[in-house]
Amino acid sequence: MTGLGEAFAAAWALVIGFDSGLAGIVLLSLQVSLSAALIATLIGLPLGAAIAVERFPGRQVLIVLLNALMGLPPVVVGLLIYLLLSRAGPLGSIGILFTPQAMVIAQTVLIVPIIAALSRQTIEDAWREYSEQLHSLGARRLSAAMTLIWDTRFSLLTIVLAGFGRAAAEVGAVMIVGGNIDGVTRVMTTTIALETSKGDLPLALGLGIVLISLVIVLNALAAVIREVAQRRYG
Amino acid sequence: MLPLQLDQLTFGAGGTAIINGISAKIEAGPRTIILGPNGAGKSVLMRLCHGLLTPTGGRIVWHGARNGDVRRHQAMVFQRPVMLRRSALANVVYGLQLAGKSRRESELRAMDVLEVVGLEQQAHRPARVLSGGEQQRLALARAWALGPDVLFLDEPTANLDPASTHDIENIVNTIHASGTKIIMTTHNLGQARRLGDEILFISNGRLMEQTPIDRFFKEPASAEASAFIKGELPWH
Repeated sequence: MTGLGEAFAAAWALVIGFDSGLAGIVLLSLQVSLSAALIATLIGLPLGAAIAVERFPGRQVLIVLLNALMGLPPVVVGLLIYLLLSRAGPLGSIGILFTPQAMVIAQTVLIVPIIAALSRQTIEDAWREYSEQLHSLGARRLSAAMTLIWDTRFSLLTIVLAGFGRAAAEVGAVMIVGGNIDGVTRVMTTTIALETSKGDLPLALGLGIVLISLVIVLNALAAVIREVAQRRYG
Repeated sequence: MLPLQLDQLTFGAGGTAIINGISAKIEAGPRTIILGPNGAGKSVLMRLCHGLLTPTGGRIVWHGARNGDVRRHQAMVFQRPVMLRRSALANVVYGLQLAGKSRRESELRAMDVLEVVGLEQQAHRPARVLSGGEQQRLALARAWALGPDVLFLDEPTANLDPASTHDIENIVNTIHASGTKIIMTTHNLGQARRLGDEILFISNGRLMEQTPIDRFFKEPASAEASAFIKGELPWH
């Protein structure tokens, strides 16, 4: 297995040396997935909060659906967005297929259910604890929802990080709607898939190292935030 | 906005009546204690009066209610205080701002009440790291800051040690002295005797009697109440 050892050494050299090709890919990955996480948060968080504090017909069905959508297969999301954005599709005229924007849209669709479903759970648990007190103080639904979001902010941040992690690690959706075009829509996961099949293991492995490190850093960050918040705010 | 009139008040859930046709008139002035064994329906009665639950039968009438929201003129302290994840001061300010006060006005008022309950040193500490007794004092401060005509207290000392209980009882008396009507539930006869002016004795969702405190302990009108007093007193 000298091939593997050599590949690791070469990969390590690429990571340590800030190889410009590798850096560009990492940067685009971060751009796309951070944008998706941000947009998905802006949609998913209010959605989750609304479902948590409102009572309406079909609510339970919506919750089950949302929970199920957390497991949405990325390739299917990619396919749907591809159909929407392709030239013959309903949104074909805006012409953003095979651009980073299309990738942001696909990843946003992928993680909105994750952020909405998990924040719904978190906010509803808090609502159960707070509802009488907030009613007693005269809080209306909207201000109660804002209070709950603020009071669960550290748990919600962990949820957003989980969403970002999911976006950064998926390959199916961005592959289909981005097209894996060198220098334009090539991100970490799609590059790993491509380079592995081409046999260029050092680049694939180097990106793998970066990706795994990123995931570890994110989880460490989430743990630290939770720990500090617990100690400081109880 | 007192007196508070309860008219055949009934509340049921899942086919069982938790509150069963209670009629009473609660006047301004005396500290009213809602007394009764666990499960008698004291907390539910209080939540009905405060508007957290909707009666399934009967009426609640606040006579002499001023214009607008009757909720504005009442506040409630719960058995387990719910503290927001922010400072003690911010918890009090939160209630005041919901009531429409400006930030500046709220902070001044909040500092005043925190001083009265002895928490001015803790004003900037996170509310959730305070001790149980401190949290309940903070809950009292948050409720009282709103300047309610009526303050409901639902077993406010049930989870507290004797020293904290003593603090809470003193604060309740201070609030009473300031002119706020006190309506409190307890199952503790000692506390009822220390804090009460009149007793509403509840058993099995029914009002057994409404009696001034002295007479209640000397000659309770209902058999249930005398059994409760006999059963409880040896331990107090």
